Amino acid sequence: MNNSVEVKKLSFNYGKVEILKNLDLDIKDGEFMVLLGPSGCGKTTLLNCIAGLLDLDDGQIIIEGDNVTWKEPKDRHIGMVFQSYALYPSMSVEKNLSFGLRMSNTPKNIISEKIDKASELLQIKELLHRKPSQLSGGQRQRVAIGRALVRDAKVFLFDEPLSNLDAKLRAELRYEIKKLHRDLGNTMIYVTHDQIEAMTLADRIAVMKNGVIQQLDSPKEIYNKPSSLFVADFIGSPSMNFFKGKFISSNNSFALNNSLINLNNYQFEHKPSDQTDIVFGIRPEDISVSVSKESMEFKIELIEPMGADTLIWLSFEDTPFSVRLEGSSEYKLGDVINIKFDIKRSSIFDKKTELRL
Amino acid sequence: MISNNIEASGPRPKHLTIGRIGLYCFIITCALFFLMPLYVMIITSLKDMDEIRSGNLLYIPQKLSFYSWPKAWSEACTGFICEGLRPGLINSLKITIPSVIVSVTLGAINGYALAFWRFKGAYFFFGLCLFGAFIPYQVMVYPLLKIESAIGIYSSLPGIILVHTIFGMPILTLIFRNFYSSLPIDLFKAARIDGGNFLKIFFYVIIPMSTPITIVAVILQVTGIWNDFLLGLVFAGRDNQPMTVLLNNIVQVKFGVVEYNVDMAATILTSILPLAVYLLSGRWFVRGIAAGAIKG
Repeated sequence: MNNSVEVKKLSFNYGKVEILKNLDLDIKDGEFMVLLGPSGCGKTTLLNCIAGLLDLDDGQIIIEGDNVTWKEPKDRHIGMVFQSYALYPSMSVEKNLSFGLRMSNTPKNIISEKIDKASELLQIKELLHRKPSQLSGGQRQRVAIGRALVRDAKVFLFDEPLSNLDAKLRAELRYEIKKLHRDLGNTMIYVTHDQIEAMTLADRIAVMKNGVIQQLDSPKEIYNKPSSLFVADFIGSPSMNFFKGKFISSNNSFALNNSLINLNNYQFEHKPSDQTDIVFGIRPEDISVSVSKESMEFKIELIEPMGADTLIWLSFEDTPFSVRLEGSSEYKLGDVINIKFDIKRSSIFDKKTELRL
Repeated sequence: MISNNIEASGPRPKHLTIGRIGLYCFIITCALFFLMPLYVMIITSLKDMDEIRSGNLLYIPQKLSFYSWPKAWSEACTGFICEGLRPGLINSLKITIPSVIVSVTLGAINGYALAFWRFKGAYFFFGLCLFGAFIPYQVMVYPLLKIESAIGIYSSLPGIILVHTIFGMPILTLIFRNFYSSLPIDLFKAARIDGGNFLKIFFYVIIPMSTPITIVAVILQVTGIWNDFLLGLVFAGRDNQPMTVLLNNIVQVKFGVVEYNVDMAATILTSILPLAVYLLSGRWFVRGIAAGAIKG
């Protein structure tokens, strides 16, 4: 499969601040790539560089085989959807959709043909003569997507397109964007700080922090095998439980004060030496209620019912942690339960380097 | 205790309190105070000279006489020529209309460039503009005069239009730039991806959104240029003297009788246009200011 977008050794500085540092990223043809990270991590800057709205300081950007590093945004085969929709307020929906085509002097019959097709696909046909101010948030976002569609963009860029919408609409449009990607098969680059959007939409996720890609992998890999403490902590809601302790090599276990957790079932990528400070991480759903000889006894300190699941909070050597149980479970505050960690699915990090072991 | 009768606590508060009444009295007094000169001007222009000489400044005219108005319009002497204000009106229009169009257009383009096409040194340039808005005219009159006579447009219509355009630039750039800075930058980015260049984005995307601020700019310029006396006197030349200069010549007679009623009529005639502009566009003016003209 060919690469649709290649970013090579890209650096971008804002004044003296380095926003992006020597960044490499290859995006395959037809791939849905999500750039995920906390605010200020450089994900939107990267997208703007790809779009040509910011001039980079160093590096190269190749889209569809063209070196577009110094090309104008309009010559990059891209369409972009913004968080604020960025519809032209003085133009009707139809004029909004056709603006790009009119700028490139496309013949009228072709324009109306393309608008027909796009408005059909996005179900905005009956809105064509309205002004953006007469549309709801969801409709505006659809028009914004239509604008990219009409231009026959090879690569779609989304800059947090759903952040301004309420939760229900967000879920709806997320579904529609996914469907659109399935039907069109275009390459899409999607910036978000919402991990649910990232997990549900992406073929691959690039988790970013401070202008550096921390991990680039499928959602499943990123969720199950986070490469660093940052990724482990950032992905997942409710978030992963962490315990800070030491590695004891004589019995291959994790020691926290007087408690030991046997790590025989954990597959180390790099086995640490004896007495290394490590962080033991485990997701709330990888802890189960069980009475066996490995299980430990805990008292329930807090219960958070969330409908489908119930989250119960316990303490292990004074570190609070959560366990995800079925919504139907009927534990009460103060109950004592036996639980077991699924060591195979846990993650262990070096405390100093914060990398996965 | 459960009651079926749901009541607010006590009666509904009254809107007309003593404080309110005091406030209204104050506002009305202020309005009357500021309207007083206009009132005196109008009644004086409707009196004949005998009645004016009797000295009752605030009295309504006992006998209405309208002769001062046509006299101010077409007969009063401005120096040696006795054609009234009429030629000045045409000159003022010839100066004001092109000056407003040119200066507002250039100010809008400047503001647009400074707000969206952030070139290196844009902030410094913006600072210069701000500084320029506070430099008194008088400082630049003589240098400008020398420059204009060197390029041969001193004392001509293009000369005075150029001067008004130059002096309008700092404040117009400032208000347009601030207005455009309040527009979402994403809009501009979207237009660039859609293939707009500097001028296309300006004409198709930015101008249609500029109505409120353009109205503010036009009002500022129309009233400013219409009311200008100094620049008109120095740069317009003998053939293009605006209404304000002619008005001055009518009022400042060195010989004969001072005809207060003609002076008053002439003054009202000269100030009718800016007055009308304010009255008719007040709503738009406030809206434009609220849309971000002054803040930022």
